[in-house]
Amino acid sequence: MERNPLRRQLQIMRKSLFDQGYLDEQFVQLEELQDDSNPNFVEEVVTLYYRDSARLILNIEQALERKPYNFHKLDAYMHQFKGSSSSIGAKKVKAESTLFREYCKSGNGEGCMRCFQQLKKEYATLRKKLEAYFQVARQAGPMETACRPK
Amino acid sequence: MEAAAAAVLPSGSSQELHVLAVDDSYVDRKVIEKLLKISSCKVTAVESGARALQFLGLDGEKGSLGFDGLKVNLIMTDYSMPGMTGYELLKKIKRSSAFREIPVVIMSSENILTRIDSCLEEGAEEFLVKPVKLSDVRRLMKDCVLRGETEGNAGRRFDKRKFEDDNHNHTPSLSSSSSSTPSPPSSPSTTAPFEGDVATSELVSSSPPYSSKRAKLHGHD
Repeated sequence: MERNPLRRQLQIMRKSLFDQGYLDEQFVQLEELQDDSNPNFVEEVVTLYYRDSARLILNIEQALERKPYNFHKLDAYMHQFKGSSSSIGAKKVKAESTLFREYCKSGNGEGCMRCFQQLKKEYATLRKKLEAYFQVARQAGPMETACRPK
Repeated sequence: MEAAAAAVLPSGSSQELHVLAVDDSYVDRKVIEKLLKISSCKVTAVESGARALQFLGLDGEKGSLGFDGLKVNLIMTDYSMPGMTGYELLKKIKRSSAFREIPVVIMSSENILTRIDSCLEEGAEEFLVKPVKLSDVRRLMKDCVLRGETEGNAGRRFDKRKFEDDNHNHTPSLSSSSSSTPSPPSSPSTTAPFEGDVATSELVSSSPPYSSKRAKLHGHD
């Protein structure tokens, strides 16, 4: 356990993100790539993810406004979105993406719509949690990724 | 541990491996770039097959060394990309006399056996399931690039499939590749990496991630 209160807080936040299923092993992979030469690498990647995926979210939203649904297109967008989400370890978001694609494959428009609403919620929740996490991380200064969530 | 790529090269050359990474996802490009840099590689990351061909000079514009004259030692490409897929890029590279010897690794989030088989048939070195991990890249550095730079394509491809199934460790094939090394002038120094390979074989014998992905595949029927 960290002695420094900020680092302890960070550790607790981090553990919670994993325990509650928001993040998976891939996030840890990103942390392993962070070093002194690039101490904010994880935050940079996550920021990039949110910036880049906003475009995809918008595309999907617009596609869901056009009936009949073009499931092929929806699936293609979601494939890309899922890929990026997977790359940052966004576990719940990725799960919703997978479900969405299932609905696309079975041509279930209702399912797609419902699932997308849930996905956006998870996406927004994760963003808030990660923003809070990185804010504390910046205050706490460089920290070794101590306990892995096993 | 981090100097994996530099360590396995013959000490006569002080060059880092130059990897051309191709992926339409901005996030994935950033991650693969970092994975490779941490493994002591030079990286050129491009967003499409077309750009990759342009960089290599296969679009007919430049000479075969790319813009800044850096030889490409390895190409890592995403499979699903708009326009030209990674598979199409692979084919173009393997059909070019200038570049067919460059090992090409395909990355894909989808674990589809027929897809994997067609890529390997077309001459891909490896098929990595995304998201790519540091351990995948490290294994590539030792496994794919060293053998890719020293052996012919066909023989190596069959050896690879065989030893994946047998789940053997990599040291024997590394030994054989060093003895058949034609180009590096400093052949005695190629024994140097093997001293460091005690660590390699330890790495390999403790459940290689690729084999487990392959196993997952087979169970996917």
